[in-house]
Amino acid sequence: MADMELTGAEIVVRCLSDEGVEHIFGYPGGAVLNIYDEIYKQDDFKHILVRHEQAAVHAADAYARATGKVGVAIVTSGPGATNAVTGIATAYMDSIPLVVLTGQVPTAAIGQDAFQEVDTVGITRPCVKHNFLVKDVRDLAVTIKKAFYIAATGRPGPVVVDIPKDVTQHRCAYDYPASVSMRSYNPTGKGHAGQIKKAAQMLLEAERPMIYSGGGVVLGNAAERLTELVRLLGFPATSTLMGLGGYPAPDPLFLGMLGMHGTIEANMAMQHCDVLLAVGARFDDRVIGNPKHFAREARRIIHIDVDPSSISKRVRVDVPIVGDVAQVLEEMIKLLRAGTARPKAQALKAWWAQIELWRAQDCLKYDRDAPVIKPQFVIEKLFEVTGGDAYVTSDVGQHQMWAAQYYPFAKPRRWINSGGLGTMGFGLPAAMGVQLAFPDAMVACVTGEGSIQMNIQELSTCKEWNLPLKVILLNNGYLGMVRQWQEFFYEERYAESYMNSLPDFVKLAEAYGHVGMTIERPADVEPALRDAFGKHRDKLVFLNFVTDPRENVFPMIPAGKGLSEMILV
Amino acid sequence: MRHIISLLMENESGALSRVAGLFSARGYNIESLTVAPTEDATLSRMTIVTRGSDDVIEQITKQLNKLIDTVKVQDLTDGSHIERELMLVKVRATGELREEMKRLSDIFRGRIIDVSDKTYTIELTGTGAKLDAFLHAVEPGAILETVRTGACGIGRGDRIMKI
Repeated sequence: MADMELTGAEIVVRCLSDEGVEHIFGYPGGAVLNIYDEIYKQDDFKHILVRHEQAAVHAADAYARATGKVGVAIVTSGPGATNAVTGIATAYMDSIPLVVLTGQVPTAAIGQDAFQEVDTVGITRPCVKHNFLVKDVRDLAVTIKKAFYIAATGRPGPVVVDIPKDVTQHRCAYDYPASVSMRSYNPTGKGHAGQIKKAAQMLLEAERPMIYSGGGVVLGNAAERLTELVRLLGFPATSTLMGLGGYPAPDPLFLGMLGMHGTIEANMAMQHCDVLLAVGARFDDRVIGNPKHFAREARRIIHIDVDPSSISKRVRVDVPIVGDVAQVLEEMIKLLRAGTARPKAQALKAWWAQIELWRAQDCLKYDRDAPVIKPQFVIEKLFEVTGGDAYVTSDVGQHQMWAAQYYPFAKPRRWINSGGLGTMGFGLPAAMGVQLAFPDAMVACVTGEGSIQMNIQELSTCKEWNLPLKVILLNNGYLGMVRQWQEFFYEERYAESYMNSLPDFVKLAEAYGHVGMTIERPADVEPALRDAFGKHRDKLVFLNFVTDPRENVFPMIPAGKGLSEMILV
Repeated sequence: MRHIISLLMENESGALSRVAGLFSARGYNIESLTVAPTEDATLSRMTIVTRGSDDVIEQITKQLNKLIDTVKVQDLTDGSHIERELMLVKVRATGELREEMKRLSDIFRGRIIDVSDKTYTIELTGTGAKLDAFLHAVEPGAILETVRTGACGIGRGDRIMKI
């Protein structure tokens, strides 16, 4: 049997290939050298060498968001692990299934302040779904299996497996379990039948109904079910930033995104509905604003979520349903189809008439005749040129909101952004992850000149892998969202929000071996985009759009205000 | 409201820090926390005494349940239960106090478990309120040192928390 024994490093690699992993993102270092040596010897999966560990985790995260599979990243101990923390926290806040393997100093050196030692399990504990320190090689395979299982099931999330270097050298028999069960972890699948019945009844009684969906619909692969339910009932639907694409945005039943930069019609309907169905969403501060203001209007709330702790956390709900959103929606649809009762047609008609009045205010209008490039115009053209079928990643700030508002996503998993943590620097590595998963797809990274510089080194990784993604830089020379808040709430004292000494982005792109363009006139926007996705389709194109520096994102609900207290253009 | 929450967790390293971290990260109070393995060495039993509104307590139990290592959570305050705390208190036992301390200890059903020329160490168990009452009964200058375990609790009668 001795010849059947594998080293810990061999076991790690075997586990990944037995798990069906095709891509892992990482950066080598002392503590993981044994694992890298085994990665070198295999060709079951590809390893993508990033230029900074944060990017490895973002890329794996976006890979997971786009494909629905578990993303995998590997980093070394100490600074490798600490650099990965922002990526892990980003995935945690958006409930993204990830397995992050971190090297650790040898078990005997743990606690000795060894070179490149850090308490990875301690540092990551508040921003992971779970983490493990593997002290015995015999626990390695089952721990990795558990990590994948925990990451992907229930409310998904990142799981860290910390592996000391000596464990990667020790040997034991290899046996990768086909499945794993844990007495302490049993995520709920089916929702409670009685609650679903109650919810269906409540929906049919509604006079001013509203359906509000979040990232849970995308993560739970429930977009089709949601679409079916909304159309069956003929109710208005809105979605959070994370839920975009969960319901086809071009559909007339869709009122656009809600929240801090949501549309008038979505926010007003949310505030004034009498029955609210929340699906895979968590009523966070950017979505409902001030919960006291939200609670002023009486409404009954049905909340479907896989995570019991999301229910009645910020807003009391009347009918909680814990379960897998797709399964619960399916049961609900079945029930509604089986019954003879239909929604109240008269009341619904009046409600829609009111909604259309709100919609007629056209809150996303902007100056289309401006002599300078309006950022919204770039996004609209991006939508046109890509036929609405691109994967769009974004960073964080004004450009993120414009992308969310002006690129109507028709499908789930196409809109990839850091909604919860709001991580600048996410967009470019995210686009890499998506492009690697879908080499032939159109991938656009909508970014700002602040955000792009937070992980710009990844242009080098893109060159190595010939990733033909397009960087859509909305360059207004300001940390735009900061500038906007300073304009509105700090009497135009623009503290440190002006980005002086920007690099020549065209030369920078060229230095990394890519195509760079600067676009300064509105008339050149569409041709540049057509070139990027046409004649340069096989290349990474960095489009530096010089946009109106004073443009703001509207509508806007100031922090702490209520849904009906929007600032409009 | 004061609540006593009982927790069965996998007896893994770091389980305690996950619970303590959860309370500090989410701003919940911990009045006391006790932990030890159960008769099944793979499980730890924790008793947490906390305070909060009904909404906060609901979140606390949900968040505790969400920890991957948590096997079972029960709010003991939901039903009738018993709670006990152990205190060791070292008191001055010189002159008149020597007799006085012995008497007080007897009244509170304490046991003197260590004696020196100048001190007694008294062991007391009971509810937190009883231990407080003892400390109030002793004149302040006589108390040299106190150690309390924090409450541990169990449901009354057939109410059993086990897997």
